[in-house]
Amino acid sequence: MRILVLMKMAPDVVEELEIAPGGTALDLDYVRMILSESDDHALEQALLLKERHGATVTALALDAPEVDDALFTALAKGADRAVKIAGLDAGFPTSQAARAMSQAIAQVPGLSPADLILTGVQAIDDLDGLIAPMVAHALDLPYLGIVTRLSLDASGRTALATKEYPGGVRGEFEVKLPAVLGIQAAEKPPRYVPVAKVRAAMKTQKIDSAPASLPADGGCAAAQVVEMKRNEPAGHAEMLDGDPESVSDKLCGILTGHGLL
Amino acid sequence: MTGSICVFAEQWRGSISEATYEALALGREVADALGVQLTAILTGSNARELAQTLGAADLVVYVDHPLLAETLPQPTAEALAQVLQDRRPRAFIVPLTNVSLGVGTLLALRLGTAGINFCKDVRIAGGRLQAVCVMYGGKIEATVEAAGEPVVLGLWPGARPAEKGRSSRSPVVEEATVSLRDSPVLLRRYVEAEAGDVDLTKQDVLVAVGRGIQSKDNLGLAEDLAKSLGGAVAGSRPVIDQGWLPLSRQVGKSGLSVKPKLYVALGISGAPEHVEGMKDSALIVAVNSDPRAPIFNVAHYGIVADVLETIPVLTAAIEAKRAVARHA
Ligand SMILES: Cc1cc2nc3c(=O)[nH]c(=O)nc-3n(C[C@H](O)[C@H](O)[C@H](O)COP(=O)(O)OP(=O)(O)OC[C@H]3O[C@@H](n4cnc5c(N)ncnc54)[C@H](O)[C@@H]3O)c2cc1C
Ligand SMILES: Nc1ncnc2c1ncn2[C@@H]1O[C@H](COP(=O)(O)O)[C@@H](O)[C@H]1O
Repeated sequence: MRILVLMKMAPDVVEELEIAPGGTALDLDYVRMILSESDDHALEQALLLKERHGATVTALALDAPEVDDALFTALAKGADRAVKIAGLDAGFPTSQAARAMSQAIAQVPGLSPADLILTGVQAIDDLDGLIAPMVAHALDLPYLGIVTRLSLDASGRTALATKEYPGGVRGEFEVKLPAVLGIQAAEKPPRYVPVAKVRAAMKTQKIDSAPASLPADGGCAAAQVVEMKRNEPAGHAEMLDGDPESVSDKLCGILTGHGLL
Repeated sequence: MTGSICVFAEQWRGSISEATYEALALGREVADALGVQLTAILTGSNARELAQTLGAADLVVYVDHPLLAETLPQPTAEALAQVLQDRRPRAFIVPLTNVSLGVGTLLALRLGTAGINFCKDVRIAGGRLQAVCVMYGGKIEATVEAAGEPVVLGLWPGARPAEKGRSSRSPVVEEATVSLRDSPVLLRRYVEAEAGDVDLTKQDVLVAVGRGIQSKDNLGLAEDLAKSLGGAVAGSRPVIDQGWLPLSRQVGKSGLSVKPKLYVALGISGAPEHVEGMKDSALIVAVNSDPRAPIFNVAHYGIVADVLETIPVLTAAIEAKRAVARHA
């Protein structure tokens, strides 16, 4: 069983976000990139399947700041191979990311045929669509998203995937493999790996590089950002300032006023 | 239908979703402003009956096919693409829900047009459609235009009140046929939500914790605050995924939608998927150390502070107030 995990770096929104001059994109100089949260769950799910079924897990990521850390972390956690796709312009749209990944899967030796391609359900910057259905479309494979549980049948030809619906309802799906699944959450919280193990991986293991081969226009229909701005939260909430005691007193007064105390 | 504003009428387990009526309400505004028709496409098995509930649209095209009984992304997108092949609307709006996630992306690829995700509104500027999008977990608003039509817009729930998208009018209803290949993805069964120890939807007061609570050990602080307010503790997705609270306590898109009299959000950033489940609460108070947290966009009162410092002081103040009230 061969499992690919598609990974993408995304801005850490805990940090302040600045808009670049021109007003249509984030200023990447001020952004700290972290692994897109659900991609980390996709990796975890792949590693859990490896433990259960003896698969090989390859982490495939697009070049971006801090991506080596994410890939070495994947290796330290138990991935067998890490591949980095280089050559995309900074701030590439999701449709290009998906194209570059689909091409790499088809062209880089050892990646196909894959039995299972896992990636995060959605990233916070997926403005023009989601990677999982895009890759499924490009490779003509089945797709299911918002997956929170995954098991394989004995033959390894069918997966049983649980998808989340509103209100805590879940759907159990049979998915013929190979398939592309968008993972929302792994069955267990992503494992923690000590920094020392990541450092060791950096010394003993390597990241393979593959060039992205894209048509000049990225080959995708364009969604064009004409303006980007920060969502100003100040407009709505009335902010209560002061030390914890005075803020608590103010809030108690408000709750009393609403008949809540 | 050509040149119209078109909405994907999403059905799930026999009913049209609230998000569909919200999309129809927005679609109606845009269609009227442009002077074009509002149309809807409904896919399902025995879809015809549901078409009558879509009177906000001028025309409803429904597709009946056993493979469309559930909204499986690939057959659904393929069916929509076939219907739209020779009747291209200007815009096609797909509700961004767990039911339809992926349909918009696949449809745009199949039509070779642009998909725009995360829309919360649509504007018309000089006759052109512009999508107003909320991205980066709610921190950034982008105005986006697309070359080529139809532009496929994924619409966040909450864009308009669902009420405005309901109508007692009878729309014109047409049937369309499609040809689909077998689906390699099939639903085996639904698993109903586990009943938790408390029903969040019946609580007057909810104290909700997010990743800002930092560890399971700190949940006791929220429990104490909830107790002092006579409510229950709820959580955002990461708190549930970490196993700190059961799924029955999750608020949001994949969890429950709640409308308590008071919703206290502690260390919750206010991502659209969370806000969707709590935005209609009567009074919302948020505590977050980040003054730019999007939760302050929906909260009525906001406190920029460390939750770990604030919660015990607030709990003590409430207890003191209650003690005074008891002795008065
Ligand atoms: C298909 C889909 C469905 C989803 N369904 C849901 C859902 O049902 N419910 C849901 O909640 N999410 C859902 N999500 C996830 C959602 O996108 C967000 O990731 C999630 O809501 C973030 O949770 P959070 O606010 O707790 O964490 P974060 O976004 O990490 O925010 C933590 C916040 O805590 C603040 N903070 C940190 N430390 C402190 C401190 N000491 N004191 C005060 N504040 C502090 C930070 O400033 C930050 O704002 C879904 C996502 C997808 C793609
Ligand atoms: N049951 C189905 N019927 C039609 N198309 C499907 C079905 N399941 C998946 N598809 C997808 O639909 C796309 C067909 O697009 P095309 O090749 O342009 O006709 C492929 O990407 C398939 O993955």
